[in-house]
Amino acid sequence: MSQADEDRLWAALGDPMRLRVLDLLLERGEATASALAAALPITRQGIAKHLGVLERCGLVVSRRAGREVRFAVRREGLDQARRRMAQVAAGWDERLMAIKRLAEEG
Amino acid sequence: MVAVSSAPVVPDSIAREIVIDAPPERVWAIVTEAQHMAGWFSDEVEIDLRPGGAMLLTWYRHGSYQGRVDTVDPPRTFAFRWLRREDAEGSTRVLMTLTPEGDATRLRVVESGFGDLAWPEDERARHAEENRVGWGVELDELRAYAER
Repeated sequence: MSQADEDRLWAALGDPMRLRVLDLLLERGEATASALAAALPITRQGIAKHLGVLERCGLVVSRRAGREVRFAVRREGLDQARRRMAQVAAGWDERLMAIKRLAEEG
Repeated sequence: MVAVSSAPVVPDSIAREIVIDAPPERVWAIVTEAQHMAGWFSDEVEIDLRPGGAMLLTWYRHGSYQGRVDTVDPPRTFAFRWLRREDAEGSTRVLMTLTPEGDATRLRVVESGFGDLAWPEDERARHAEENRVGWGVELDELRAYAER
């Protein structure tokens, strides 16, 4: 994962409304932008913008079904975000262990 | 309206903690003094330990990153902003809290603000283009107005 991809991922996840969109998609499996807009306090255009951001960083996918476009969470993208977060946590565990060693040997 | 789920899809912050068999004053020195920080953080550390003070964190393998001291409340609270890329406007915030527990110290670290990190160049370029188009229209209107 490149630094730019990673930054894009964090930025995408940094918006509370986008997190709610992801939550709702996880709950429903699939939804159209209109259905999401009906369930959230935001316009359909606003939802479309958020879906665009989420799709560009690989967190959602879309597919055409007749005249509708349906969106769903892309599991690989979400798993990648969670793995990266776990790596950051592991990094802090290592640093805390190093601080402990330094403080206790003094 | 949909209820916000209790567990976030992906957390925006990370919290870890450890109990250290040393008093808070000792842990404070390890956590905040440049010569000690180089033992647990980056390979070289420069720090001006006061609110707003500059930090320079150098990893021999990855390069140098800037930081800025946020909170200095010895021996309890130390917080700083950590710029994650050399060109980045965004940063995460690292908050370290020291709590005495008998003769030991509980050290808790929370890194937050991943979502506030600057958008990468291509996204920023997209926004800049949108703004430029917006300004272009306004300048054309202004010129038309001026030339009347």
